Amino acid sequence: MLKIEAIIRPERVGEVTEALLDAGCSGFHYHNVTGQGQQQGVKVVTGRGGQIANRSAVPKTVLTTVISDEMQEKITKAIVDAARTPDSGDIGDGKIFISSVVDAVRVRTGESGEGAI
Amino acid sequence: MDSGHIAWMIAASALVLLMTPGLALFYGGLVRARNVVSTIMYSFISMAIVSVVWVLWGYSFALEGSGEFIGDFSKIGLSGMDINDGEGIPDLLFVVFQMMFAIITPALITGAFVERFKFTTYMVFLVIWITFVYAPIAHWVWDSDGWLFKLGALDFAGGTVVHINAGVAAIAAALLVGKRKNPGLESHNVPYVVLGAALLWFGWFGFNAGSGLKAHGVAVNALLVTNTAAATAALTWGILSQIQTGRMSAVGVASGAVAGLVAITPAAGSAGVMGALAIGFGAGAICYGAVLLRHKTGLDDALEVFAIHGVGGIWGAIATGIFAVAAIGNTAGAIEGNVGQLGIQAIAVIVTILYSFIATFIILKILDLIPGLGLRVSETDEDQGLDLSSHGERAFVDDGAD
Repeated sequence: MLKIEAIIRPERVGEVTEALLDAGCSGFHYHNVTGQGQQQGVKVVTGRGGQIANRSAVPKTVLTTVISDEMQEKITKAIVDAARTPDSGDIGDGKIFISSVVDAVRVRTGESGEGAI
Repeated sequence: MDSGHIAWMIAASALVLLMTPGLALFYGGLVRARNVVSTIMYSFISMAIVSVVWVLWGYSFALEGSGEFIGDFSKIGLSGMDINDGEGIPDLLFVVFQMMFAIITPALITGAFVERFKFTTYMVFLVIWITFVYAPIAHWVWDSDGWLFKLGALDFAGGTVVHINAGVAAIAAALLVGKRKNPGLESHNVPYVVLGAALLWFGWFGFNAGSGLKAHGVAVNALLVTNTAAATAALTWGILSQIQTGRMSAVGVASGAVAGLVAITPAAGSAGVMGALAIGFGAGAICYGAVLLRHKTGLDDALEVFAIHGVGGIWGAIATGIFAVAAIGNTAGAIEGNVGQLGIQAIAVIVTILYSFIATFIILKILDLIPGLGLRVSETDEDQGLDLSSHGERAFVDDGAD
């Protein structure tokens, strides 16, 4: 089992959701975060005197899902295709991190392993 | 001059001003979380810009002089206006009261182009639109020398000047700025929407009950019919949404209240309470239908400015011709046998629609072509949200890095 964590642009969430469903992945969640990567932070006005600061505050969305090993290629491709800025992509399109998961348990039935995801 | 009239009109002016931040919250709650500051600023900056324009030349252009179509330069900078001039109330108080109407009217238009309109261009637009669209229409309808006033068109508190005008300008703006790239599916903050609508409702008592410029029986009637129409329209819209979706939407009830307030605006000085019930019911039902129809068109009038203010204003202007009671406003409507009043109301509606649409379209078209202005923000800015890209601020900061 693998855990996929993908940092994507908030405005691509709709496309990514559709692509995940098409690829056969029906369980995932999103959370909205702020941070910075190669795109660097954003300028914000910090006070009433007009001071400007650079904050690590680019709005991003993190997608998390757990999938079986053989789904890896299909799901990562689905996310990359849907999350990339149309045409050639752009700095700030995001990143995908993949890690292995030791076990999963379905709360309703108590079953564990891949059958639980 | 009468101290009672003066006291009420000072309070009424303050009430009308409060409608603009109310509108800011109403619109601010309806947009996506990344465009709240931007949406609120479209309204708030109107308080700053239009106030200055109004005392410099706006008032003089709108409500002075003896021309039928536009005012004159005689009161530029309110020159020569003494604090003791006036009958009933001081002339300067009339300037202030009218200023608040000029502030909210262009702010209403912004609902059509939120989440994508360039802020710098909007500030220029405010100055030009008040001068060339608002001032002439206000002159026609409200100045005793204006041609629609002389024709006998009834518009007690601004159904044509404020609501039809803003609603139609909204169509021109939505057409020219184009659709949002990625519109949100939900209002980001329903409590803002309801609170904003409540502040509008509250401020509208000054808007309508102040428009007789006196503390008299007509003002009390205006207060009563305003509340009655808002309540009826809110209820009608709520029930329709209950029937259609199985749930009563809070945004729907709030929108219905605003539609009812819009529709009673021209009629507040002439309709009785039974007329107000009918006008409110009509506003709730007709504007609800107008929103459904708007969704079938490709026009991205994002916050339904035309469906609520345009259609509600047209219904109100026509309904004024139907439900006017001679015992209240000295002019009878169709229900009392004066069918001709309907024709006069229709002329005022058609003329306002045509002038507002054409003039607004031309103004925006020119602004779009001026290098450095343009109507729309860049695609990147739109994706990031106008709060950060236009203002460098965010409505909600919880990124753990504070």
